Formats: sequence, structure tokens, C-alpha cells
Amino acid sequence: MAYDKFTVLKSTAVPLPIENVDTDQIIPARFLKATKREGFGDNLFRDWRYNNDDSPKKDFVLNNSIYKGKILVGGRNFGCGSSREHAAWAIYDYGFRCVVSSFFADIFKNNSMNIGILPVQVSDTFLDKIFKAIESDPATELEVDLQQQSITLLATGEKESFQINGYKKHNLMNGFDDIDYLQDMKGEIETFAEESRY
Amino acid sequence: MSSKPTSLFDKVWDSHVVRSISDGPDVLLIDRHFIHEVTSPVAFLGLKNRGLNVMFPHRTFATADHNTPTINQHLPVADPLSANQLKALEENTASYGISHWGLGNPKNGIVHVVGPENGITLPGMTIVCGDSHTSTHGAFGCIAFGIGTSEVEMVLSSQCIMQPRPMTMRINVNGSLQKGVTPKDVILYIISKLTAAGATGYFVEYAGSVFEQMSMEGRMTVCNMSIEMGARGGMIAPDETTFNYIKGREKAPQGKAWDEALAYWKTLKSDAGASFDKEYHYNGADIEPMITYGTNPGMGVGISQSIPTATEVGGGKASFDKALSYMGFNEKDAMLGKPVDYVFIGSCTNGRIEDFRAFASIVKGRKKADHVTAWIVPGSHQVEKQIREEGIYDILTEAGFQLRQPGCSACLAMNDDKIPAGKYAVSTSNRNFEGRQGPGARTLLASPLVAAAAAVTGKVTDPRTLI
Repeated sequence: MAYDKFTVLKSTAVPLPIENVDTDQIIPARFLKATKREGFGDNLFRDWRYNNDDSPKKDFVLNNSIYKGKILVGGRNFGCGSSREHAAWAIYDYGFRCVVSSFFADIFKNNSMNIGILPVQVSDTFLDKIFKAIESDPATELEVDLQQQSITLLATGEKESFQINGYKKHNLMNGFDDIDYLQDMKGEIETFAEESRY
Repeated sequence: MSSKPTSLFDKVWDSHVVRSISDGPDVLLIDRHFIHEVTSPVAFLGLKNRGLNVMFPHRTFATADHNTPTINQHLPVADPLSANQLKALEENTASYGISHWGLGNPKNGIVHVVGPENGITLPGMTIVCGDSHTSTHGAFGCIAFGIGTSEVEMVLSSQCIMQPRPMTMRINVNGSLQKGVTPKDVILYIISKLTAAGATGYFVEYAGSVFEQMSMEGRMTVCNMSIEMGARGGMIAPDETTFNYIKGREKAPQGKAWDEALAYWKTLKSDAGASFDKEYHYNGADIEPMITYGTNPGMGVGISQSIPTATEVGGGKASFDKALSYMGFNEKDAMLGKPVDYVFIGSCTNGRIEDFRAFASIVKGRKKADHVTAWIVPGSHQVEKQIREEGIYDILTEAGFQLRQPGCSACLAMNDDKIPAGKYAVSTSNRNFEGRQGPGARTLLASPLVAAAAAVTGKVTDPRTLI
């Protein structure tokens, strides 16, 4: 599925300073019954966001209009748990294009990059600075520059670099995905598979 | 041989690399691909949108499990959304020529139960599925891990997946396990030591006498929960126990092919002197029956212990407090005697015949506690058949339990098997996340023995007192 190219993203951010945010919180299993990839954003963080009677929980950050933007900032070990790509779809569908944390679970990280969300891993110290900056001024902006592999707190100019492999970086900057790449090497795969044991 | 000592992981990984991309992932050939109704429909939709075909349909196997009812499976599925997903799997597999064990098929069951049960899972394979507990198949010396739906589409269309090579970790548990300590306790113990993120970025090999002496079903339970400490997967070197388990299963090699396969499988172990990026050592005798008190699988303690304090655990206090508040527990509370409303035995973690034998060994001659609701859910029709044949069904019935039909059930509560808000469930499944077993449900992960002890006493009870 094609996604928007990712180059530079300048945006305010939504803070979620909770550790071990698992994919069951991001999108509970009972919302995985669709056969199309549509509308998952409505149920993003469903049980943290809404009461049982579907009324919004006032103290949850997505229900507080002073916090908005295309960047979600989460606590350590973000996206742990199930392999459901629906978690990444829900985040994308809600309008986020980048998730910042000091540590990501593997499968979530892969799933995000496969659909055009950039996971930015920063140090615990920098993550703390981001949370504090947003707390003191919700209008504070972050700039994520994929080419430079840097994230900047624009209010203070504090900057940190982040890691991403060259292949994925190229894909995200150009809107390519792995399926395109693999289709281009099918001959090679065919030959390899013929000689494989199973 | 002068070559460098190699780990089991490296042997299997290296033999599947089609291409290595510099400053990028490896392109890995996948031997077996399992699919189910929940994470595959959008992948098939993607194929259609791009006009792609399934490259090797015979390498993919489908079963319906996540979203199936566990009673009255002979009736049409009542929930229209669930029925629609099951229909989509049936249609998609039919149109691409993929094997499908749908609802009602005698081979139907949880994907990670039926794969090994039918000899589809064999040592040295690469195996993926759109489900994080695919790590289960690592028990056979496979590189097996969970993938997202975009990756399901990749495997369908090219039989390959693109993965950065993970780091390697070896976890050694030596010594002997105490009475009443099961494979589930071993893995819950390891996760409690390493935390829910302690193995992220790594592929784990489990080694040592505790695993060597373990049955295949026990090894599957251990490898199954590798993901709960963040590991990409976990594996155990195949040995005689493995070969004996596989021999004679429907899709296992036979005759000359068996001999050839066996010769290869015997090479699948880490060489002496093989290096790992990280290594841990534990003593099996230190492990007691385990139970979790919080909202991730790393928050576990020995059943005779108390809930630790945030300071003892380390990490963020706010997140720890949030977890305990959700559970309705306090620091320093004893786990023994905590009230239990529900008991669930089943899932890809503990839904195999040995798990039901263990459960029955405790409930035999006792009665289910009146206030406890128990869901007894076999991992497959084959397991259900064994439960009946071995007389476990009669033991359960006499003790006041009802046997349900196979599926993932209350492990993820996609179907109607949901624990009500605020209720406590002792569960043999793999995740105690907030709301995992139903909105507001409070999960205590444990072994089938601990689940049985809770079911007959109505509270958290040390199974060693009932053995």
C-alpha cells in the first residue's frame, strides 16, 4: 500500500508518558474484525480514550484539545505485544506520521516503517526533555528530519540524532516498500527456492 | 574442520539468506507460512490491488482460530463481522489454492498447535505467521517469528521477508525443577528476571539440562512466550525428543526422506565455543510455581512471594503504580489467597494435551469452587479427542467443569469468551495486558497446575499443597 513520502516533519506532539504501551492498548483485539484497512483511527487507544458507554474519558490525552499534532511521543518499550499491524494502521489513520520513544518493540517498529510511520528512538534523557517541554508548553514544536536523521526541540534548538538503516530510509523518503523490492528479485528467489531443503 | 564455531541460530538463518542488503535487512526465504482469519484479509486485498499472485501456495497453511466461537461450532457464526472474516479466509485460500482447515474441519485448531501436531513444523525451517506467538515453533530448532500484515503480503507474493539480522542471546537453565514446577513457570521466571523488554532485538536460544529434559510440548510453551520479553523468537536445538515427536506425523518425511532429514537435523545445534551477544545462566532449582501480579508478563513472582515495590522492580514508578491500580493490588500484598473469579486453560501457550493432563491431575476427586467460572478450551480438535480418549473429560465433568471447543478464546477475547470488567482470571495464556481478556478484565498468568488449584479453591493457591 502506497504511503506519503517522509522527508521533514515539523509538528506539535501528543505526549503519552507511559512505559510498555502494548498493542492491545493501541487497538484492542475486538476491533480487529475488519477485512479492510479503514477506520482504525476511531478506535485508537479505545479503552484509555472512552468509557464503557462510549463517552470520552476527560483525562486521556487524545481527549484534550490542547494536545495535537502528527507526532506521538510514548514511554519506553512502545508497541510491545502482539504483531497486529492494525496498531500501526490505527496510529496512521488517526493522523500520526511519527512515533518518538526511547525504546521500541521490534515487530511494531517493522510494521510502522512498512506503512510509512517513522519510529524515532531517542535517549531516555532526550525523551524526558521532550515530555517536559510539551508539559510546559503544549504548542512546542518538534522537527524530525529523516535525511539528516535528527530530531530537534525547536523551542530550545536541542537536537539528537537517531538511527535508521539506509535501505529503510531510502524507502520512507521515496514512498517505496519491501513488496516492490521483492517483486524485482523474483528470479533470484525462484532459483534459491528450487535448491532449498523444504 | 577449521571453520569458526557457529550457533544454531546462525546455521538456520544463513542457510535462508537469499540476498544481504548492505546497510539494510537480509532477504530471507520462508519455508512455512501460517495464516489465520484476522491478519490475512488485508494482505490478500493488497495482492489483488497490486495484481500479484501467490508465489508458492503449497508453503502456506491456513486455519481459523482467533475469532471462532468455542461452543456450538456446528451453527453459523452469529457475529456478522467474525463470520465475514472466516468467509474471507475461505474464499482467499480457495482462490489461490492454499490449504485451509476452517471451522468444523477435524484438523482445525490454534495455528501454533496444529502446525506441530501435523508435522508441518520441522527442524531448521524458517516459519512466519501474522501472530507474535509464532515463536512457538522455535521448539523444533526453527527460526520462527510473528509478522505484520504487510509482511504477510510479502511472503504470499514472494515467499520472502526482509529482516535485519537480530543479535543472539543464550539462556541457560541447568539443574532440576522442583515438584509442581512446569515449563510455564520456567518461562515466566525468565521473563520476570529479564523484564518485558529484556530480549528486544535478540533471538534467543534456550539451553541447559532443564530444556533437554523437557517434552516437546513444554518446549513449545517456553518458546511461545519468547516474545513476552521482546525477543524476535526463541529456539531449542532438536534432539531425540524432537525426532520422536515428529516421527509418524502426517506431513513428516518418511522412509529415505526421513533418514536424510534426520542426518541434517542432527547438525542443528550450537557448536562448542559458539559466541552469543548476551548470555544468562539460571538454576532450575530456584524456580517455584509462578504467577503474575501486573499488566505485563514481566511482572511475575513465585506464588509464595509478595508483590514487590516499585523501588525493588526499578523502572518508572508511575507505570508500576498504574499497573497495580488497574489490578486492584498493592505493593507487598501476598499473592496466595487472592480471590479468583475466572479460570481459563487453553491457548497456544498451554492448550496441548499435557496441559490438560496436568490440570486434571489436580481437579481429580475435587470439585470446582462454586463461584469460579472456568473455561476449558483445547488447542485443537486433536487435543479435544485425546482429552476424551484418555478419560480427562470424565474427570473434568465429575469435578463440575465443561469442555469447550478449540480456538484462541479468552486469550485475546476476540470472540464471546470475555472476562467481565473488574473480575480476576487465572489464565494459562500469555498476556496480562490491560483489557486483554475483555475490557477491564484482570489477568493473572500461571501454569495449568496453578490454574487448577485456583479453580478448585477459588483463590490463588500453591498447587504443591494439592499434589
